[in-house]
Amino acid sequence: MPKIVAQRCPWEDSFRDTAAHSRAPPPTGAAMSIAPSSSVASTATAGKSPRSSGAAWGWAIARNAFPFVVVLGIWEIVAHRGLFPRRLFPPLEDVLAALVRLTQSGVLPHHALDTLLRLVAGFAIAAAFGVAIGIAMARSRRAEDILLPLVSIGAPIPGLAYAPLFLLWFGLGNLSVVLLVGFVSAFPVIFNTWTGVKAVKDIWLRSAQALGADNPRLFRHVILPGALPYILTGLRLGLAQAWRILVGVEMLAAVPWGLGWLIFGAREFLNTDVMLAAIAVIAVIGLALEKLVFERLERFTVVRWGMMT
Amino acid sequence: MTGERIRMIVRGAITLACAALVYEGIARSGLFPAALVPSLARVLAALVGGLMDGSIEAHAAATMYRVLTGLMLAILAGVPLGILMARLRPVEAFFMPLVSALMPIPSLAWVPVFILWFGLGDTVAILIVFYAAMFPLLINTWTGVRSVNPLWLRAAGAMGASENSLFWKVIIPGAFPFIITGLRQAFLRAWIAVVGAEMLAASDFGLGWVIFDAKEFLNADVMLASLAVIGVIGFAFERLVFGSLERATVLRWGMVQGAKN
Repeated sequence: MPKIVAQRCPWEDSFRDTAAHSRAPPPTGAAMSIAPSSSVASTATAGKSPRSSGAAWGWAIARNAFPFVVVLGIWEIVAHRGLFPRRLFPPLEDVLAALVRLTQSGVLPHHALDTLLRLVAGFAIAAAFGVAIGIAMARSRRAEDILLPLVSIGAPIPGLAYAPLFLLWFGLGNLSVVLLVGFVSAFPVIFNTWTGVKAVKDIWLRSAQALGADNPRLFRHVILPGALPYILTGLRLGLAQAWRILVGVEMLAAVPWGLGWLIFGAREFLNTDVMLAAIAVIAVIGLALEKLVFERLERFTVVRWGMMT
Repeated sequence: MTGERIRMIVRGAITLACAALVYEGIARSGLFPAALVPSLARVLAALVGGLMDGSIEAHAAATMYRVLTGLMLAILAGVPLGILMARLRPVEAFFMPLVSALMPIPSLAWVPVFILWFGLGDTVAILIVFYAAMFPLLINTWTGVRSVNPLWLRAAGAMGASENSLFWKVIIPGAFPFIITGLRQAFLRAWIAVVGAEMLAASDFGLGWVIFDAKEFLNADVMLASLAVIGVIGFAFERLVFGSLERATVLRWGMVQGAKN
């Protein structure tokens, strides 16, 4: 068994949802695709050594900034050589100008806000239904028999393939987008919740029962905390999935506002600078989601309870 | 064990039959227009018709070509880069910030930009697949190589392994479970990305395009049939190709245990 060496690396944390953890038990019977990645991210949480001196900070920032300077410098040189038309390959100052212009006029914040609202709404649907369905599947034989085949058939179809169907059924616009995002991101949540609740150690259940825990307490104090690392992993995968398809769906569903639509609409007018500015905003939001939402959540719950190190 | 399996299959079949019946009931009740909720017979007819005249096969082949080409490019770029990043500090210090900045951007956000740069057609789809598949491969290879047990490295070194054989005999097999996981994730992302790219970049071939095009003519039956084909191909790939790859390598080497059932 390969053993993960806790190497210190400042970027380590942000990748735990992509990194493989092949040693964790594969979810039994979960046919799905999500299986390999669904295992709990329990390895190598890089210890953050308290190195707070200003010089170290400055050095770290400089080191992280250096690659961007190089790449953006190359971009700038290529853009100014005039190899490609400026409309298609704008220099950075154009992109920056577009960014500032759109932010000042309030257009870009409006687009970003709408995208975020859709993400939150869709993800809320996925989280509520996904966790409920997952728990039902794990706790009740009958629910598992009924739901598992349906879920296993729905999951391997890529989310975007449902998009035209949802558009036909629910019309162009917000409703389709939110429902589709919720539908697609529910699958990882369902699978991980299901696996997590099943993975709660039998001995914990029996000892709690022997100590006289009734069903609601068993659920609240044993099953839920025990399954929480898996559920959180599922939620994180779900959010990542929701984020990945949301932009694409916005392009297809012709919603009036939204970053995806901004990019897609800008193509008509060859506004590559606007497109790149919007992509930059998308990158920032994506990074913020991972850094601010899930790492916090994880630290406050499972790590503190000692469920994972 | 086998009794349990049979029971599961039977229960699954019953569930699906019930779901199909409910759907059929809704479709035939006339509550919704038949164009939007076609009966299963019509979906099946569309599926068989498409398979018979070869159009589904042609579209599927176009989609597969894009996925596999993009995936191959991603493997060729992602795995070596991942290994280099794990073994060489400067490489890691240079690429890691870039990767962490580019990774959260959904690949589909690039579709309009790539259309402008490369025109409609195969190139856009292949590049989008490449972008989507690159990061899981890269990150998993990087993690895998770094997590090779240092004890193995020292043991091999103590037994006189050269740099070369250390690399091929210890590091690569040691990292392989991670690389395979990366490959699986990469395929899944690629499969999603290719469908989206085909819808947006409206090249007139490919399963994604078929679905999107069917919307224009309210051909919900064609849509559902293509959806089924997309699901089956994705599932088959996941199960057969990567499953057997895993059996042939890491399971045989005893690196990971198989699933319990």
